[in-house]
Amino acid sequence: MGIYLPIAELSVNVFVLLAMGAAVGFLSGMFGVGGGFLITPLLIFYNIPPAIAVATGANQVIASSFSGALAHFKRGTLDFKLGTVLLGGGIIGSTVGIYVFSILRDLGQLDLFISLLYVALLGSVGGLMLVESVNAIRLSRGTATPATLKKPGQHNWIHRLPLKMRFRASKLFVSVIPVIGLGAAIGFMSSIMGVGGGFIMVPALIYLLKVPTNVVVGTSLFQIIFVAAYTTIVHASANQTVDVVLAFVLMVGGVAGAQYGAKAGQKLRGEQLRALLAMLVLAVALRLGFDLFVRPLSLFSLAGADG
Amino acid sequence: MGRGLRIAVTAALLIWLTSLSAVAQEAAQTQSPESIQIGLSTDRIAITADFTGADLTIFGSLENADPLVSRQGRYDVIVVLEGPLRPVVVRKKGRFLGMWINMESETFVNVPVSYSVATTRVLQDITDPTNYKQLALGADNLHIEPLDRDGNPATLAEFAKALRERKAAAGLFNVRVGGVEFLSQSLFRASVPLAPNVPVGTHKARAFLFRNGIFIKENSAQLAIVKSGFEQSIARNAVEHSFLYGVFAVALAMLTGWLGRVIFRKD
Repeated sequence: MGIYLPIAELSVNVFVLLAMGAAVGFLSGMFGVGGGFLITPLLIFYNIPPAIAVATGANQVIASSFSGALAHFKRGTLDFKLGTVLLGGGIIGSTVGIYVFSILRDLGQLDLFISLLYVALLGSVGGLMLVESVNAIRLSRGTATPATLKKPGQHNWIHRLPLKMRFRASKLFVSVIPVIGLGAAIGFMSSIMGVGGGFIMVPALIYLLKVPTNVVVGTSLFQIIFVAAYTTIVHASANQTVDVVLAFVLMVGGVAGAQYGAKAGQKLRGEQLRALLAMLVLAVALRLGFDLFVRPLSLFSLAGADG
Repeated sequence: MGRGLRIAVTAALLIWLTSLSAVAQEAAQTQSPESIQIGLSTDRIAITADFTGADLTIFGSLENADPLVSRQGRYDVIVVLEGPLRPVVVRKKGRFLGMWINMESETFVNVPVSYSVATTRVLQDITDPTNYKQLALGADNLHIEPLDRDGNPATLAEFAKALRERKAAAGLFNVRVGGVEFLSQSLFRASVPLAPNVPVGTHKARAFLFRNGIFIKENSAQLAIVKSGFEQSIARNAVEHSFLYGVFAVALAMLTGWLGRVIFRKD
């Protein structure tokens, strides 16, 4: 069954979109990630213009994050103060990102920039995760000696920065500079790549800021909802690239898929799960990278001149 | 023997017919010239959610048609459905550090978004290329104007050619030979394809009449292609109330996320 996307101005198969949303939702439920980093490349592979894929991806991320954040809000595993400071940075980053987005689109380099960012980010994150999870699997089989873990009280250069602030829920006393910086980086990615950024935010909060793991996911989801909402509204006002019909079909598939993914996730072991996710992330990075280096079928492309 | 005779008779008949039609042509020109009319069953096509492309049928008739010329099949009709004109940027990829990235670009100011042609016969059999050029008829003869008129002519020609090729590859520029059929001596039917990604806006249907390879007359009609109710209101709101549209998109996402939790919470 075909469905006409009013903003993308093309007709696509609704079942392909539902399946896409469900598959990503399944994975996001299984691995506890938002799935924006998979949705946007998939939409681009399905010939949705990258500008619309990114803005719609940001919109879709809200649904899955909101669902998850509600659960954390009920359990109280959420640091509002930390989330709000992160959010402040996120708004700054997102604003800069949307400005860069429209400049790149006028220059005709937007698609390239999106692909490069994805290849770099997914390649490095996927690579690191794969190494880490393979080590963990070997460790659990007793073939390797345990690596020396950092002690919880240990401080790094980040903790010597000025402008310190106390975050009670996270039991942290840390400078706001890295917090705002991290928020800004995620906000920038959100507006250019259409991702929530959870897969960067969660490890950064744990390893760089030493936030206790029980509040990490809730806080990350909290700030993602608002940054993605801000990004969606600004993309809608400035570029008119948010396709509500496309986003809604993806959300419906995604929300349903996430429930089954979460159940499947409970049956697999943590390190195996992470190794699988790492391979998936690397596969997406390879596919995008492949397109950059292989001679395209046609060297020419058309675009509307008025943006 | 019999076959030779038949050929001879046919040849004689042909000569007689040709001379007769020449007389008829003169008569037609002195009295009332042929003209062409076209009619669309609708002046508005609404694209709905399940639109996956369609064929648009255009009916038309020849007026004051010479019965002899039409019996010989010497009338030809070309029907063109031309989309709204829009500026287009053509970009060319080049190799940089092993990657294929956009390097050069040219802007053209008045490119029809779509250009569908239906004909009675193969284009080169209807009339000669100079006539097509004069009429600016056919995708290759469209006059597309570059923004930078002082640009290198060879480069501009290359980019204009690429523009036509990309449009054809997207199914937006196409030719349907035999898309125009005569139903009677003066009545014809043309069917032109509308691609699934047909652009909305005011399209122009034009019909060209040729007799023995000579252009006689042209007629045109307007066709509005619009997004139907629901799709149109979404597209219009996205442009006219873009901020509220964004807020709505966010609210819809939150509602879907919340509903998902409620529905699947305990099962």
